[in-house]
Amino acid sequence: MRELITMVVVLTVLAVLSGGLLSGLRNATAARIEVQQLKFVKGPAIKAILKGVSNDPIKDRFAIKDGETERKVFVGKFDDEANTVVLESFGKGYGGDIGLMVAINMEDDTIVGAGVTTHSETPGLGATAKDDPGFVSQFKGLPIEETFKVTNDGGKVNALSGATITSRAVCAAATQAGGIYQRMKPQLTEKLKEFNK
Amino acid sequence: MSLTQILAEKTVFVQALNREIKMAKTLTQEFTKGLWEEIAPFRLVLGLCPVLGVTTTMENGIGMGLATTFVLVFSNILVASLRNIIPSKVRIACFIIIIATFVVITELLMQAFAYTLFLKLGVFIPLIVVNCIVLGRAEAFASKNSLTLSIADGLGIGIGFTLSLAALGSLRELFGANNLTIWTTPTSVIGVQEVFGPHFQPFTFMVQAPGAFVCLGLMLCLMNLLGSK
Repeated sequence: MRELITMVVVLTVLAVLSGGLLSGLRNATAARIEVQQLKFVKGPAIKAILKGVSNDPIKDRFAIKDGETERKVFVGKFDDEANTVVLESFGKGYGGDIGLMVAINMEDDTIVGAGVTTHSETPGLGATAKDDPGFVSQFKGLPIEETFKVTNDGGKVNALSGATITSRAVCAAATQAGGIYQRMKPQLTEKLKEFNK
Repeated sequence: MSLTQILAEKTVFVQALNREIKMAKTLTQEFTKGLWEEIAPFRLVLGLCPVLGVTTTMENGIGMGLATTFVLVFSNILVASLRNIIPSKVRIACFIIIIATFVVITELLMQAFAYTLFLKLGVFIPLIVVNCIVLGRAEAFASKNSLTLSIADGLGIGIGFTLSLAALGSLRELFGANNLTIWTTPTSVIGVQEVFGPHFQPFTFMVQAPGAFVCLGLMLCLMNLLGSK
C-alpha cells in the first residue's frame, strides 16, 4: 500500500511540475514564435508575391473568423488602394502539410501571386515548389473560382518533374484558398473598406 | 611526531589522491566512450530514425544532434538526481515524463530562437521523445550512477551522436546537392556552395531515403573495418 502511494505521488508531482513548467514557457515564448513565423516564413513569401505594394502587408493584417477556425488575412495596397488580400491554405504533400500563401485581387477575383511557405518536401524534388518561382507563377492571373489541377489530371498547371504529389498538393491548397475566399468575401470586403479610409 | 604517524598520514594522503585520479579517469572514460567506442548510431546502431531522416544536409545533422544532446544531458541530470526518489516500478513512466518535458522545451526554444532550423527538422524534434538513445541512457546509466558521471555520459553520447549525424549529413549533402552548409543565419549561410564546381551533376539519390540507407551502410562497414584491427 505504501509503495502504491509513493508511486502515485511521485508520478503526479512529476507530471504537475512538467505541465506547469511547459505552460509557463509556452506563454513566455508565444509572442516571439509568432514574430519568427511572420519574419521567416510568411513575410518573405508575402513580399515576393505582392511585388510593388505601397504598404507593409505584414503590419496591415487582421484575423477573421471562419466557422471555428481563425484565419489571418494580409492586406496589400496598390497605388494606395487596398484591393488585394493574402490568404494561407494547406495541401497534403509528400512529407506533410504544404502551406501556400495566395494573393487575390478583390476587384476581378483573380490570383495576383502565390508562394509556398511551410513544407517538409524532399530537397531537390518537392522542395523546388518553394525554390523555383516558375512553378507557383503559373497561378498568376488565373480566376480564383477555378479548381486547380495538374496537367496529368486534366488541369492547366504543369507539375514539377519528379514531384507530382507536391504539385497536386499545391493545386489543392490553391483550390482551398479559393473556397475560403468565396466563403468569406462579404466579410473581407467590409474589412478592406476600413483600410481604404 | 612519530614515524608511524607520518607514515599513516602519508598513506591516507596517497589513498585520497588515488581515489581522485580514479574518479577523474572514470569521468573522462564515461565522456570519451560516447565519442568512439560506443558511438551510438555506428557502434550500437541505435537512434536510426533521426539518423536516416534528417541528415539531408550537414546543418540539419548538427542541429538535430545538438537538440538531442541538450535533451540527453538534462534528462540524465534529472534522472540521476531523482534516482533515489523514483520508485523502480514506475521508473520508465517517470523517465518519459522527464524526457518529454525537455523535448517540448527544446521545441519551443528552437521555434523562438532558431526558427529556420526548426522548419527543417520539423517532426523529428518531437520524435526525440521516443529516441531510444535518450531513454537508454536514462535507464542504463543515469539511474544507477552519480550526477557528475551522468553528465559526462550524456555529453559524451550526445556529442558522439552529433558527430555521426554531421558526418552522414555532410556526405549526403556533398554528393547529393553539391553543397556543404554548416550553419544558416537569417542573413548569410556559413558553408561552401558548389564544392565540385558548377558543372557537377549531383546524385539526387543521395538526399533521398534510399541514399541514407546506402550511405549509413557504407559508414557502418567502414567502422567495422576500423574496429576489427
